[in-house]
Amino acid sequence: MEGQLAHIGAGLAAIGSGAAAIGVGNVAGNFLAGALRNPSAAASQTATLFIGIAFAEALGIFSFLVALLLMFAV
Amino acid sequence: MATETHAADAANGASAPGMPQLDFSNWGNQIFWLLVTLVVIYFVLSRIALPRIAAVLAERQGTITNDIAAAEDLKAKAVEAEEAYNKALADARAEAQRIIAEAKAEIQADLDAATAKADAEIAARTAEGEKKIAEIRAGAMQSVEEVARDTAAEIVAAMGGKADAKTVAAAVADRMKG
Amino acid sequence: MATETHGAEEGGLVFHPMDQFIVEPLFGEGAVGFFTVTNVTLWMAIAVLAVIVLMVLGTSRRAVIPSRTQSIAELAYGFVYKMVEDVAGKDAVAFFPYIMTLFMFIVFANFLGLIPMSFTTTSHFAVTVVLALMVFVTVTIVGFVKNGARFLELFWVKSAPLALRPILAIIELISYFVRPVSHSIRLAGNVMAGHAVIKVFAGFAAIAVISPVSVVAITAMYGLEVLVAFIQAYVFTILTCVYLKDALHPSH
Repeated sequence: MEGQLAHIGAGLAAIGSGAAAIGVGNVAGNFLAGALRNPSAAASQTATLFIGIAFAEALGIFSFLVALLLMFAV
Repeated sequence: MATETHAADAANGASAPGMPQLDFSNWGNQIFWLLVTLVVIYFVLSRIALPRIAAVLAERQGTITNDIAAAEDLKAKAVEAEEAYNKALADARAEAQRIIAEAKAEIQADLDAATAKADAEIAARTAEGEKKIAEIRAGAMQSVEEVARDTAAEIVAAMGGKADAKTVAAAVADRMKG
Repeated sequence: MATETHGAEEGGLVFHPMDQFIVEPLFGEGAVGFFTVTNVTLWMAIAVLAVIVLMVLGTSRRAVIPSRTQSIAELAYGFVYKMVEDVAGKDAVAFFPYIMTLFMFIVFANFLGLIPMSFTTTSHFAVTVVLALMVFVTVTIVGFVKNGARFLELFWVKSAPLALRPILAIIELISYFVRPVSHSIRLAGNVMAGHAVIKVFAGFAAIAVISPVSVVAITAMYGLEVLVAFIQAYVFTILTCVYLKDALHPSH
């Protein structure tokens, strides 16, 4: 019983990955919108883009980690 | 399900849990080998690879700078050569113009002399021709007068008249004039 | 060994996406001790060899007109050097060999992990936590050595209203200490997730009807993983540079 509950919890935690996907899409989309408005400034900001994506993705990875912990470690 | 397998694993004496990352028994091993790896890579990079690549890049930069300088030099030389060429071309053109003008003047002078000579000749010929024509005309007039006199004397004789030559000649000359 | 036990129990569809991460001794059986030569050792050694082949043997001719290998080595050098200079500032160039070491190790470990049947060292938290903690400790020490107590200005946001500053200070302090956590889990999580997903798709290939879909999915995932392998190495390195910039110039 407890194991099955953990599996349900893992599935719920995996929703967080989808949320991170929205976040990453937001970052990349806004970057693209800005880059199309001012293409000359885009190249200098790719590093910032990756940092932003990394921060957004980190939280999704946390939820993925929680899912894994619930799946395998509980 | 996974929990059951784990229980079974544990029962079998297998050490692997569901997530090997969380099996802390092997962390020490991994950390030890990771530190060894990092130290080796660090020394290889900082002692051998990075200085070498930096040197190569600097050398290439130097070569490129030198080549660019040489290229600038050659370009300046090329511009100089072009200028000299243009100057020579202009000189040659001016010389050619001068020669052409000279030749033209010479030819003009020759032409003028020849024309004058030809004109003089033509004039002489014309004068000669006119003189001849005048002579011929005079000859012809004289012949006409003679014929007319003879004819008049014959006509007078045929009419049964008698006329001395002097009178006939005077009459003919009179007629010829009028 | 573990696979056999699983397989014997279940039959039919077999999903063991995590078995590829098991650390086991290369020679013989038994517990994994501190100095035991394991598959971790093997693949880290291969990574070291790859770094040496690329960065040392590849550049051994020191040609002004580079060969292909030398071009790649110079590209990697220029890539990381420019990143350090642009993100962390000119005075961070002293840390360039250290950051280069991190980048080369992670990028080679990630790519070597993509070879079928290989072992991915960077998928283990043990490895990435050590890498991230090393960065964290280095950055903290450098910050205090270079700036002394002024390093604490990093947590005291001067541009914010005075009333908000203590709250912001607490938030900044928490985010500072969460840094190594997110820094390490991001790398290991990304790499592990990709490999596990590939394994799950591979498990579906046992059913004949879905196996073509499975093969296509694995191929697509593999392409994505190649991208992720590089991007995660890049992100780890650039975040190191960002943290280093904070340590060297805490006022902005």
